[in-house]
Amino acid sequence: MRIVLEAAVLGVLTGGVYALMASGLTLIFGVMRIINVGQGALVILGAYLSFALSRSIHLDPFLTLIVTMPVMFLLGIGLQFVFIRPLKTDREALSVLITYAIALGIEGVLGFFFTTNYIELRAWYETASFAIFGFHVTWVYVFGFLLCLAILGALFVLLYRTSFGAALRATMLNRTAAQLVGVDVDRVSALAFGIGVATAAAGGVVFGVTNAFNPGSHYDLISRLLSIIVLGGLGSLRGAIIAALIMLVTTDIAAVVISPVWASFVFFIILVLVLIVRPQGLYGVRVRERI
Amino acid sequence: MSLLEVSHLSKRFGGVVAVDGCSLSVAEQSITGLIGPNGSGKTTVFNLVTGFIPPDSGEVRYKSQAIGGMGPDRIYARGIGRTFQLARIFPRLTTLENMLVPVRRAGLRALLSHGQWGHERDRAMQMLEFMEISHVARTLAGALSYGQRKLLELAAVMMARPDLVLLDEPAGGVNPALLEKIGGHIHELNRQGVTFLIVEHNMGFVMNLCHQVVVLHQGRAIASGDPKTVRQNPAVLDAYLGA
Amino acid sequence: MSRLRVLKRVGLLAAIVIALILPLIAPDPSTTNLAVFTVMYIGLATSWNIMGGYTGYISLGHAAFFGFGAYSLGLLSNHLNVAPGYAPFLLVPVAGVISGLVAVLIGWIALRTRAATFVIVTIAFMFMGQLLAENLVKLTGGGAGLGFPYPQQWGGDFYNTPFYYAMLALAFLALATSWTIRRSKFGLGLLAIRDDEDKALAVGVPTRRFKLAAFTISAIPVGMIGAVYGYYVTYVYPQFVFDPLIGISMVLMVFLGGLGTLAGPVLGALLLEPAQLQFAYRFGASRLYLVFYAAVFLLVMLFLPRGVVPSVQELLQRRRQELASP
Repeated sequence: MRIVLEAAVLGVLTGGVYALMASGLTLIFGVMRIINVGQGALVILGAYLSFALSRSIHLDPFLTLIVTMPVMFLLGIGLQFVFIRPLKTDREALSVLITYAIALGIEGVLGFFFTTNYIELRAWYETASFAIFGFHVTWVYVFGFLLCLAILGALFVLLYRTSFGAALRATMLNRTAAQLVGVDVDRVSALAFGIGVATAAAGGVVFGVTNAFNPGSHYDLISRLLSIIVLGGLGSLRGAIIAALIMLVTTDIAAVVISPVWASFVFFIILVLVLIVRPQGLYGVRVRERI
Repeated sequence: MSLLEVSHLSKRFGGVVAVDGCSLSVAEQSITGLIGPNGSGKTTVFNLVTGFIPPDSGEVRYKSQAIGGMGPDRIYARGIGRTFQLARIFPRLTTLENMLVPVRRAGLRALLSHGQWGHERDRAMQMLEFMEISHVARTLAGALSYGQRKLLELAAVMMARPDLVLLDEPAGGVNPALLEKIGGHIHELNRQGVTFLIVEHNMGFVMNLCHQVVVLHQGRAIASGDPKTVRQNPAVLDAYLGA
Repeated sequence: MSRLRVLKRVGLLAAIVIALILPLIAPDPSTTNLAVFTVMYIGLATSWNIMGGYTGYISLGHAAFFGFGAYSLGLLSNHLNVAPGYAPFLLVPVAGVISGLVAVLIGWIALRTRAATFVIVTIAFMFMGQLLAENLVKLTGGGAGLGFPYPQQWGGDFYNTPFYYAMLALAFLALATSWTIRRSKFGLGLLAIRDDEDKALAVGVPTRRFKLAAFTISAIPVGMIGAVYGYYVTYVYPQFVFDPLIGISMVLMVFLGGLGTLAGPVLGALLLEPAQLQFAYRFGASRLYLVFYAAVFLLVMLFLPRGVVPSVQELLQRRRQELASP
């Protein structure tokens, strides 16, 4: 029982970073109806950027975000402008392939510069922990969780308290209608992609301090993230957050109860069950194209 | 004798009641018009009858058999065809290929349906000639004009020899010359034994063509009968002018 | 018969003859090795096209069937103590059937969703396959890999030849299947689903069944090819057969050659696989070949999204029209 509870706490803490990464993914889908299969690779890229920065100028990994988030934001806008915007027909299908290619490209470049050896982001407090109700909790997990919470909070404020957020939500609901009432849909799309990629930078740091990673880690990551947004319902921010928590708590419990090697598998089992019972996900709307 | 019998059909979308206890019947060999103001639930009735959306309650009987809850493909296999509001065709297939898509064998047997040659192809060409679009048989359907698409959609639906065809605004967005042509085709097909149920806003077209008219208002049938009587029904006038 | 058609037939015949006698005219192992992999990808891309090209449902998880096929053959021949040589080839159809059954199961679940979600679900299933192969250690050997019977008697230049013909036979099988489907009413139904799925339903196409049938049919040859691959390389690891790169390669080849066409996947494989092997061979260690791969991919998507074959066809059509109406 004790270890199960401990696993659940860990699940919530690590669920935070998955919630953040999946939010970026689902936001991009909501606004542009495209699936950014490159999100996993962008997270890993973010982790490597922080790694390079923290090593070269001895900055705390979390502080590197001051640099990496704006950089990744601009990168996102650039990627959207060069690769996504030119797509005229069949955007949904083609964008999956394009972002997949971007992921491969990032993997290749990272492999070239950093080799395929596993690395980890290091902070001096990485093994420091504290005890609460007899549970041992490592500080980095708490920091990571709080950081993700803060960024998610900022994201919600942006979405629900600003006029840009209103335009963004309008675009998510109905692209054409938003266009008709004067929303610059192209600009909104570019910014949304930028924001989505910036969340990958933040996710990268938290992922990097809590996991060892190499350039190929993005496959495992993206298949988890995609499962999360399908479970939550494509395009639903709330769904992504709740799904991330469900998934991580379940897998972390499965890791201690069954075996760590089957934890990821449990993840996919949940996905399959959801698809059988509720193909549109928790908060999704059933897609029925114009009848 | 009625071919299609809809009784107490209801459907709500969230809080909106789109169809509210609607009952109507379509007589065999007739051309029946389904009219009513915008938002009165006409297209929803079509979608319910053809299986695109499941009804919340009520019953649809075709040839005295309940077909509620069946999928669109099975309903088509039973002999009910339909067209869509803005003509929908398969743009990346040729006109002739469009004609050969329809399948009237339910389930797995459809997999083993005959190929694209011979008998079926001849029939498709005849149908295209009847609709006067055989000259574009080898053109990609996406390159056809709107009028040609309308004719193609109607022609393709007829390929599996349905007994009942539901037309959603056959006159919508069509010029007067073509309108007359479409009316003529419907009339001729009806003479050959096909029953039609038509949703249409063009009253002249409806009054000319239909033997019988059903008026829908707020998701219910409020009047039915021959066009002349219905036109003079005060409830109908209220529905159109009042609401 | 028009001149173009005669030309086409002669070209086709020549290609078939060359394919059949290739190990005789170019027997050195490096060439036949290249030929084995190129023909393998012709088969893979052609099979993938039956689902992805005809119905428009993009599966990024077809490597799952490749993996299931490979592991099926390896496990079967080990457990049945099949002698190395031609005997394991007899089990290839069994591997195909097993992959087909897996495809029915995966398809039944994945095809509850449309477009975007379908893509995601296929990726997830591929990783599920990989995890199974890794975790069922007692059955598969897990991360340590699985060995196949090794045909020692095929030494020297001859070693590649049986595998070449096995791959060639499977590629022909895939092509014949694809050709038959394209000319059948079933195939038209699939193309109709690609264009407008709801409209297809409205004219009686049983879309669920058609999609599941197409998905399964496209998975079976992939499983068989995976089986032959496993036997060819004699040792497989989970991440090298349930390999996302294999899954994406077939997709890229189809897109490069022309989605939904018969010749497209063949052309795509002929153009891409030799280049890919060259790059992997030269820059494999530095993983720079992934960058090359991504670059080709992005260029194709941005500048030739419809593929070589349809673009050329369109060009010819326009020329012909110009000639017809001067």
